[in-house]
Amino acid sequence: MNIISANKLSLHYGDFQALRDIDLDVPAREITALIGPSGCGKSTFLRTLNRMNDLIPGVKITGEITYHGEDIYAPQVDVTALRKSIGMVFQKPNPFPMSIYDNISYGPKLHASLSKSELNDLVERSLHGAALWDEVKDRLKKSALSLSGGQQQRLCIARALSVSPDVLLMDEPTSALDPASTMKIEELMGQLKQDYTVIIVTHNMQQAARISDKTAFFLTGDLVESGQTDQIFTLPRDKRTEDYITGRFG
Amino acid sequence: MKSMSNTKDMTMKQWLHNKKRRSYSVILLIFIGLCVTVAVSLIGILIGFILYRGLGHISWEFLTTARSALRGTIGILPNILYTFYLIITTLLIVLPIGIGAAIYLNEYATNRRLVRIIEFTTETLAGIPSIIYGLVGFLLFAQGLGLRVSILAGALTLSILSLPTIVRTTQEALRTVPLSYREGAFALGATKWYMIRTIILPSSIDGIITGVILAIGRMVGESAALLFTAGTGYALVTNYFQALGTSGGTLSVALFVYATEHGNFNVSFAIASILVIIVLLLNFSVKLVKRKLRKVK
Amino acid sequence: MNTKNKRKDIVEKTMQGVFFTLGMVTIIAVVTISAYLVLNGLPAIREIGFFEFLFGQVWRSTGTDPSFGILPFILTSFYGMIGAIIIGVPIGLMTAIFLAKIANPRIAAVVNTAVELLAGIPSVVYGFVGMIVLVPFIQQIALHFFGIPSGANLLSAILVLSVMILPSIISVSRTALVAVPRDYEEASFALGATKMETIFKVSVPSARSGITAGVVLGVGRAIGEAMAVMMVAGNVSNMPELFRPVTFLTTAITRELSYASGLQRQALFSIGLVLFCFIMLINIILNFALKRGHKG
Repeated sequence: MNIISANKLSLHYGDFQALRDIDLDVPAREITALIGPSGCGKSTFLRTLNRMNDLIPGVKITGEITYHGEDIYAPQVDVTALRKSIGMVFQKPNPFPMSIYDNISYGPKLHASLSKSELNDLVERSLHGAALWDEVKDRLKKSALSLSGGQQQRLCIARALSVSPDVLLMDEPTSALDPASTMKIEELMGQLKQDYTVIIVTHNMQQAARISDKTAFFLTGDLVESGQTDQIFTLPRDKRTEDYITGRFG
Repeated sequence: MKSMSNTKDMTMKQWLHNKKRRSYSVILLIFIGLCVTVAVSLIGILIGFILYRGLGHISWEFLTTARSALRGTIGILPNILYTFYLIITTLLIVLPIGIGAAIYLNEYATNRRLVRIIEFTTETLAGIPSIIYGLVGFLLFAQGLGLRVSILAGALTLSILSLPTIVRTTQEALRTVPLSYREGAFALGATKWYMIRTIILPSSIDGIITGVILAIGRMVGESAALLFTAGTGYALVTNYFQALGTSGGTLSVALFVYATEHGNFNVSFAIASILVIIVLLLNFSVKLVKRKLRKVK
Repeated sequence: MNTKNKRKDIVEKTMQGVFFTLGMVTIIAVVTISAYLVLNGLPAIREIGFFEFLFGQVWRSTGTDPSFGILPFILTSFYGMIGAIIIGVPIGLMTAIFLAKIANPRIAAVVNTAVELLAGIPSVVYGFVGMIVLVPFIQQIALHFFGIPSGANLLSAILVLSVMILPSIISVSRTALVAVPRDYEEASFALGATKMETIFKVSVPSARSGITAGVVLGVGRAIGEAMAVMMVAGNVSNMPELFRPVTFLTTAITRELSYASGLQRQALFSIGLVLFCFIMLINIILNFALKRGHKG
């Protein structure tokens, strides 16, 4: 079942067209990887899914994105509700300059008034969900900035989980991390897909091949090809896809 | 968790179209708008009111004569001249010191601790209120050095008061001169002082001018530091060197005297509008210099 | 060639010495100012008595039985500062938020110009307009509600000071808010926060040390202001009350210095010393706040 579908989606920054007629279906509870060289539009596409591009002046979007069958760019849509359901993890770990606890409880407090014990539960559950609980349970009141880069990124994942989304967007979540931390996060993603739909932008083709179920290849604003990851990496239909995954350009 | 999972209790359409938490934003936005309106309208009304009440009382005679008790006329030419003398004298003293200090900090100093101390004392000077400068200037220059209450004593006081402005703006200007200029000059065998004179200072001149305009603005508006150092004199002295030894009130000080001692509000409004016009002009020229600066870069 | 090089060397050394000396001037100035205030301020405190001077409630400098207690001035300056903060900080902070996070560039430029002008207007002009407009207005209120026939009082001074501290609060807070990393705000939006929630729950807390610095800078200005306050506060040595004419530390010096002599004059220098100590304390706090801001 597809949870998100893009139909003829185009995006302009002023006069520049960053995305051209993208058609892509994202299956629920799977990991979909968006790959392609820098500037190909993969991150831009990711950001249209939770309407983060709304924040940039001069952006114009045509076409349609549906989420559970609803057009997310319809005028009545409340973006805050959309973003609560479609969480996001960024390229650079960006915890708030607050305590670990406050980082996680920030989102839930926005959307509901919870009791202290409900919040405690939620913080613990979110940190468990990001496989960080055991490492930080004794220092929840410490500043989040005191954590290592890899821990910070898992904190950001926990923060995204805290508002119970059903989709997680990840924008090159491991590109700023060392190999060990990257492995941990990849393993975590394998667990996450049991409960969440994950869409990840990555530069790293091995990573896409390792973790994703479905892969979409972007090039200069076009979606060249999408399909099962095995098929894309072994039997690409398009010559350009083949050139890219075999490292002929990048 | 139950309250968090309300997504499931509604249809997806209901959830996505559920506009809530709007009142919080709207109330805050209204509050912000109100505060901005207060701040902006304050300045608008202030300037408008002063010009409205003051401009009518400015005449050619008012600007070009001295106060005469015999004829019962009031003119502010001496105050204009004293303001001018004070600015010139202060700049003559503070510019070499301030620019020199900035050059030392930026080009010569190697001892990090000393730099930190100098920067800290510069900040400290910037934080000392005018009245303290007035008090110390009175003790040190008017009495200690025997200058009495005079334009020179006032100028010396203002020199210390405006020193931080000059040092900081010059330092900022020096920092923007690219390293490659310096390296280029050194590569040609230039000495440090030669390089400073021919490369560094000319390329940071616009920044220094900005600092000078800012400092002039502060001098024009200053009163507490001058009341007991330059005094409140209003005799017409056209000779600059004679004026240095005379007690003389600047426009701001004259405004204070006319408003509080004489209760002559028409004259006060006239002086206030002249001050406002000067502030507007100085502000405008800072903008011009900065715009030119940005274009060059 | 050799002599030319030698001459170059001498010039170089001389200039280095000259610049070093000029660099020392700010240090010399601060030391001199401190020394002068201490030397001239201590004698009167010693003669009057430290405790009587700081905590004495009566200032009667010219009578046959003079009394030099400056508690009324200290408290007035303190209340004046608190009052100015209560009114000035919300207005200033909201304006800074507007400039940094909400306004489009063109409107921001207009508001910014207004703020710069606000900073450039001389104190005496604020004092004068306060005297002409504010004092009569406050007088109406004071007369109507409290039967006090004077508008030159603490409240008038607080209102004038609130306006005068706006520019420092606005410009420093604005700089701090602009410097908040965009990452933080994006993370907040991505969690479904609205713009206002993001501003008040993420941006403002992240910029708090810079905002503190702006407030402290404003406090310094409020405590140090003399002329504007002199024109609207009434200048009577009362213990502070909102509708009473009062004297600040600064105006206690200004109003008497021109004719004071003997112990009275020395006591004025002592007030200067007390004021200077307050300002130095504020400076240290400011430095601390700014340093914390740099560390993030």
